[in-house]
Amino acid sequence: MSDIAIARVGRRRAKYRPVTEDSPLARYALIATAVLFLALFLLAPLAIVFLDAFSKGIEPFLAAFHDPDALAAIRLTLLVAALAVPANLAFGLAASWSIAKFSFPGKSVLITLIDLPFSVSPVVAGLVYVLVFGGQGLFGPWLAEHGVRIIFAVPGIVLATIFVTFPFVARELIPLMQEQGKVEEEAALTLGASGFRTFLTVTLPNIKWGLLYGVLLCNARAMGEFGAVSVVSGHIRGLTDTIPLQVEILYNEYNNVAAFALAVLLAGLALITLGLKTLLEWRHADELSGRARRH
Amino acid sequence: MTSPILVGKGARRFTAPSVIPGFGLTFGYTLIYLGLIVLFPLATLVWWASGLGLSGLYAIAAEPRVAAALRTTFFISFAAAIVDLFFGLIVAWVLTRYDFIGRRLLDAFVDLPFALPTAVAGISLAALYGPNGWFGAPLADYDIKIAFTRWGILVALIFIGLPFVVRTVQPIISELEVELEEASATLGAGRLQTVLHVMLPPLAPALLTGFALAFARSVGEYGSVIFIAGNIAYVSEIAPLLIVVKLEQYDVAGATGIATIMLAISFSVLLLINLVQAWSGRRFGHV
Repeated sequence: MSDIAIARVGRRRAKYRPVTEDSPLARYALIATAVLFLALFLLAPLAIVFLDAFSKGIEPFLAAFHDPDALAAIRLTLLVAALAVPANLAFGLAASWSIAKFSFPGKSVLITLIDLPFSVSPVVAGLVYVLVFGGQGLFGPWLAEHGVRIIFAVPGIVLATIFVTFPFVARELIPLMQEQGKVEEEAALTLGASGFRTFLTVTLPNIKWGLLYGVLLCNARAMGEFGAVSVVSGHIRGLTDTIPLQVEILYNEYNNVAAFALAVLLAGLALITLGLKTLLEWRHADELSGRARRH
Repeated sequence: MTSPILVGKGARRFTAPSVIPGFGLTFGYTLIYLGLIVLFPLATLVWWASGLGLSGLYAIAAEPRVAAALRTTFFISFAAAIVDLFFGLIVAWVLTRYDFIGRRLLDAFVDLPFALPTAVAGISLAALYGPNGWFGAPLADYDIKIAFTRWGILVALIFIGLPFVVRTVQPIISELEVELEEASATLGAGRLQTVLHVMLPPLAPALLTGFALAFARSVGEYGSVIFIAGNIAYVSEIAPLLIVVKLEQYDVAGATGIATIMLAISFSVLLLINLVQAWSGRRFGHV
């Protein structure tokens, strides 16, 4: 980077373009292409959410939140995230502790398996739970006999959400804890700290920003998941509809303002997530895992 | 005397000795949780599919409506990944190599498709490209329809796949060595020659990986597509939607068949990515 900066100063003084810089024409053409592409494909869809939500003024926008079904959807979404995120957080901590602090055979296979849910289509993620717990599924008859509902009920929604958000915390913590090694923990333990105390006072402070980063992404996906939840929810209004499913219902009823009003909540969540994520990457880049971020 | 069996056991411990506690607890919990949440449900799918047999799977894939949906999904996902490859490279290049006002903001926004729930992306794209939308209305004057056609699917999949290419290529571009460019220029290459012959080849593995990730994600994408696709059977119906349709008709076997085919494809892509990265590690020293 510093090489380039120096080269730029030199260019102004001597009016020569360094050989490692593209011609101004190429540069402006490429910047224009990139900005135009991002504006058309990313920014326009984001802008339209807010514009359509307020297209008839603020009153109809607010009215959308007086609908009891909408409120039920918001409550359910919060409940699902409150269950799914801590579950995957606990898993992420356990998985990264055992993988980063110990050596055992088959470790890379285990890491690949943890990443597996990212390669499965959300719809297939929902389907596998229907095959296990649904009416025609493996445990379906037994569950029906005992009056337990998992599919087309809240437990199924929580399970499907846990599946699609499964790797977020673990895949952030595993490389981070591997980079940090185990010397500090070993020092604490030899000085007489208990295992749990070592984790709380040595490991946790080291990984806190990475942990927050993983939780942030996990939560955003948990609240916004559509495909997997749609398969297991059964779309019972006021009971098993999360915010994204309620958006779909309202949109299909041509109730655009209400659909986009709820969508504003999710788009706002996405913007906050992006903002915090970017802030973490700027401020605490060295305390996050250095590996390329793909999800 | 220590019994030889115990010595043998000690020599073949599963994990190397360590003062750090908690291996049994955390490793056990990891395996149980992974098994219950991910592996067991996926194994159930495979078990259902094995009940269908290869001939059963083939019969499902050969149903005209299923075959059309699979073709639509793979063909348009491929096309979208190509578009993302091209523009993703330009975006990654511009964001890494040039400095201009708003660069960091734009850089942050590249992750929008990861953060924006797919249903929201779906309805906003449908609104944009619909007959009364910002882009749909002017295009309609030229008799171009995007929303509720296959072009709509393409637009949604381009949106979904873009960050995969940009985020895979970006770190490799920033690691390119200036010395190589200088050497190339000293040896008499023009700027375009340097870019094409010196700078792009090391990017090839990352580009291929980004392309494969975008493609794999597009094949499974559901939420952002169904609102803009119009979902006309044989024309603009995608495979994940057909799984949902089959389930609604209580055709669990049909849904399982399509899911198995999609799963097989995405695991092959995953394998391909790993092979590319292994090759790239040997060839260029980075992944």
